Amino acid sequence: MGRIVLNRDRCKACYLCMDACPNKVLEADTTVNALGYYPVKVNSEKQCVGCAMCAKVCPDIAIEKVYR
Amino acid sequence: MEQLVYSKPESIKDDFKISFCPGCDHGIAAKLVAEVLDELNVREKTIGIASVGCSVFSYDFFNVDIVESPHGRSLAVATGVKRSKPDKVVFTYQGDGDLASIGIGETIHSMTRGEKVTAICINNTTYGMTGGQAGPTTLLGQITTTTTKGRDPEIAGYPIKICELLKELEGTAFVARVSVDTPAAIMNAKKCIKKAFEAQLKGLGTGFVEILATCPTNWKMTPQEAHERVRNEMAQVFKPGIYKDKVSEAE
Repeated sequence: MGRIVLNRDRCKACYLCMDACPNKVLEADTTVNALGYYPVKVNSEKQCVGCAMCAKVCPDIAIEKVYR
Repeated sequence: MEQLVYSKPESIKDDFKISFCPGCDHGIAAKLVAEVLDELNVREKTIGIASVGCSVFSYDFFNVDIVESPHGRSLAVATGVKRSKPDKVVFTYQGDGDLASIGIGETIHSMTRGEKVTAICINNTTYGMTGGQAGPTTLLGQITTTTTKGRDPEIAGYPIKICELLKELEGTAFVARVSVDTPAAIMNAKKCIKKAFEAQLKGLGTGFVEILATCPTNWKMTPQEAHERVRNEMAQVFKPGIYKDKVSEAE
């Protein structure tokens, strides 16, 4: 059981986190953020394990905290 | 009970601004440097040297004192800072154009003198900020705005292999080339960056890490395709690995 704290207005939609996530918990949002990108969002139906891989690969530090 | 397993490094400002293009590896590299400064607990006494290029924005996110240097002269400025404040931790954060082309004289001489500083070089095979011109590390056949038919060695020469060049210098204590294209590579890169700082802290000489990075905008690729290129093209020419490690030898 894990949880990420995502700042959606920092995301620039490179989606590197989506590739890194082992459970494919992250997906693209359908509404734009303050920067004009479609940021990632957490798919609540899938289970985050709190491995923090998404936070490690995020170049924009949009994933600020990971809890497990 | 929830446990915090990852949080933004303290060496990144709270109101940081990362103005790189989407998917640029600069963000990952900068974050690794910040994490290492946190782990070594030296943030309060660190002075960073920002160079010219995309890396110029260091002062927007690093939560340390930053000196801006003229183009290519980062290691010369670092020499001055370190010699006047020997108790400080000094690092430069440069691109390949800055470190290996315009500033290669400063790079070679400061490392020959064995200045106790750390140099981090982001190698993305192009001049990213100015619009994707050919740089010193541009691969043969690579199309840039100044090599429109691909880099031809007859006209533009060969790419400089920075690590192979700098490992021969007596003054360098740690020389490594890493990539940040996968989570495993990122963790390895962090270990190497930490050793490059330890080389300085132990007074062994210059620590140097070259990071193979992407420039999705100027390569005209998605971030994912750009990472494929790092693996399939760049890593074939610029072999990742530890080229010199006096830090482990000293232990």
